[in-house]
Amino acid sequence: MLVVPALAGLALLLLPMAGLAWRAPWGRLPGLLTADHVLTALRLSLTTATLATVLALIMGIPVAWMLARDNVRGRGVLRGLVTVPLVLPPVVGGIALLVAFGRRGVVGGWLEQTFGINVPFTTVAVIMAQTFVAMPFLIIAVEGALRGADSRYDQIAASLGASPWTTFRRVTLPSVAPSVVAGAILCWARALGEFGATITFAGSLPGTTRTLPLEAYAAIGAGDTDTALVLSVIMVAVCVTVLVALRDRWVRAL
Amino acid sequence: MTGVRTAIVVLAGVVVALLGWSWLGGGDDGSDDATGGDVSADDDGRPAGTVTVLAAASLTESFTQISDELARSHPEIEIVLSFGPSSQLVEQVLAGAPVDVLATADMATMAKAADAGVLDGEATVFAANTPALVVPAGNPGGVAGLSDLEREDLRVAVCEPHVPCGAAAERLTTLAGVEPVPDTLATDVKEALALVTLGEVDVALVFHTDAVSAGEAVEVVPVEEAESVVNDYPVAVLERARQPAAARAVVEAVTGEIGRRVLTESGFLVP
Repeated sequence: MLVVPALAGLALLLLPMAGLAWRAPWGRLPGLLTADHVLTALRLSLTTATLATVLALIMGIPVAWMLARDNVRGRGVLRGLVTVPLVLPPVVGGIALLVAFGRRGVVGGWLEQTFGINVPFTTVAVIMAQTFVAMPFLIIAVEGALRGADSRYDQIAASLGASPWTTFRRVTLPSVAPSVVAGAILCWARALGEFGATITFAGSLPGTTRTLPLEAYAAIGAGDTDTALVLSVIMVAVCVTVLVALRDRWVRAL
Repeated sequence: MTGVRTAIVVLAGVVVALLGWSWLGGGDDGSDDATGGDVSADDDGRPAGTVTVLAAASLTESFTQISDELARSHPEIEIVLSFGPSSQLVEQVLAGAPVDVLATADMATMAKAADAGVLDGEATVFAANTPALVVPAGNPGGVAGLSDLEREDLRVAVCEPHVPCGAAAERLTTLAGVEPVPDTLATDVKEALALVTLGEVDVALVFHTDAVSAGEAVEVVPVEEAESVVNDYPVAVLERARQPAAARAVVEAVTGEIGRRVLTESGFLVP
């Protein structure tokens, strides 16, 4: 009874990827992989996704730490809010970023008038869009680990005279390091795949804002199916690698 | 536990409310059906059924209006419209999308569909458009002409070169000897226009009709060479149309009296 829907489900999940592998222009792969526009997009994607992950680590770990503490008021509401980007359609995130940081946006208008800084349609906008969408993955992973960690170690460190910052850095953080790594890898993979928020908030210009997924979208629009397929194969390969790297931590960290 | 249950009940309530609202919103068509009851819709041989039309982004306003007017005179034909960049619409058709009528914003994109042999007969040119240089109301960037597209200090949007508005932009700038320095390549003309109406870019190249549709939100900066860059809009019934008679009726509305009037009002040149 259960076999038929199970097979249908597996077919739905696996056939598209099999199709990619089947249709991919393997013969032209070396040429396409070294094509200028593909390399440009790849370089931009790797750089921005990595910077977004660094930003997520710098800001996300403290957020996770705050959410894991019991004495922060409105913690439940706050946790709900920071996880909104997990389920929000990314294009809505892009529109939200545009009305906040756009030229006529609340923050964007002030930034432009005061400092002459323009965010949308720059590489910075790509990184912001990616951080917006990907950081919750890191926050959730780290918060879960912090909550599960034994707080007695922190108390002992504090009782031995360690300052809160030293305790956090030398005791708390190392104890949740595996989850931080797992969260960071997930966050990086999500940032690498970001499309909707990026194209809405950062636009699409080769070398500046056109990341791998945007390049694939532009290629399919231009009728260049081979390039689109090659880019898709690259992204599938990256995702599979990430999941393999995480296979032991997957269940435990999340 | 009660918290979770309450949340689920609230969520279900919201979903049901939205569902009801979205169906009631579609009830406008239902009332049209009621008024159209006097028309003998069930005459044998009259074109009827659902016609799916893929049309270029720049046709958004005019095709919506044509379809509304056609729905009033032919309530037995239901028209489903979908707009997007012509190049992508053709890709969708070639990939087997269930489409009856295709209208693109230039001949090059339609030629791709014709070459693939998916058209039923020849495409008919029903309108023409010219490029337009648009700026947000008040012209904050002080744009005076096409050569301002080269200014690094301005935020410039142009369409992707493979979509019609991008191809037209390329022809225009080549003709004028201008090399634009875009900050973003929009995926279709409406996206480029939206960036101007939002004030996120200082200047963009769109079609004349898009400038008309945006009304007072944008200003048009006259460009002498624009008149010599004419884009023809072809429309065709597809070979695999499920309702060929109804599809042809839609094409006739576009090329006929209703279409000519609506398209002219929208700023198109009509043959």
